[in-house]
Amino acid sequence: MKRAFPILAVLTGVLLSYAMYQALVVAPTEQTMGDVQRIFYYHVPSAWTAFILFAINFVASIVYLIRRNAKADMLALVTAEVGVVFCTVNLVTGPIWARPVWGIWWTWDLRLTLTLVLWLIYVSYIVLRRFSSSGQTPLLAAVLAVFGALDVPLVYFSIWFFRTQHPQPVIGGGGSLDPRMWHALLINWLAFSCFGALVCWSRYRLEVLRRDFDETLALEALLEPRSSKARSS
Amino acid sequence: MSYLYAAYIATWTIHITYLATLLRRYTRLRNEIAEFKGRIEDK
Repeated sequence: MKRAFPILAVLTGVLLSYAMYQALVVAPTEQTMGDVQRIFYYHVPSAWTAFILFAINFVASIVYLIRRNAKADMLALVTAEVGVVFCTVNLVTGPIWARPVWGIWWTWDLRLTLTLVLWLIYVSYIVLRRFSSSGQTPLLAAVLAVFGALDVPLVYFSIWFFRTQHPQPVIGGGGSLDPRMWHALLINWLAFSCFGALVCWSRYRLEVLRRDFDETLALEALLEPRSSKARSS
Repeated sequence: MSYLYAAYIATWTIHITYLATLLRRYTRLRNEIAEFKGRIEDK
């Protein structure tokens, strides 16, 4: 497993470079928006990766609520954290794309507002995990994650059911996309998914190490008074 | 074009910043473990 990580990291690096080449060089220039449309190849895959991570967080939280499984709890924590990073990318690249195309950085449109709410829910989740020392924290966080996940389909389907400023979805939205654009989009999604998986893997290893060490410290603290008593008697 | 570059730079800045925080947390934990081992060996 230790050897697999650097190999996968190199492969992901190569894939990310190839994906960037596809997005910036190979994909054709969009006629109306011009080169700025190439933000699409980072904006959309980041959103999709965040949605997948939040979906995993939802499943892991359900498993934790049913079985009180520590691994499920760690997976939920890790996917929420990395999901927030990808959601942040989505929220930052969106306005940068909107400014030259719509003439505004932000509008309180349903899709945009729901995405911001989604980001805020998962940021609250991370803040809860980071700063609450109660033994009930994983349970409360799992409940929050279950409710937070309800916002994911709302974000996705908001542009199907309501009139919004945001363009229609790429999949099932009725619009047509040049095959080379599709290719660039899917390669970028694959690259970002692999990158997200690798980051989750590192974060999971860190969490395992942190919990093992905290357990060792707690055990030492429990045994310490006994050993000092034994020494004094 | 400047918007395009800004978006790509912003994306990688966010990812690299997160990776840097992970690295910092790893380093801090490794130091704590080393300190703990040193304390155990002293006893």
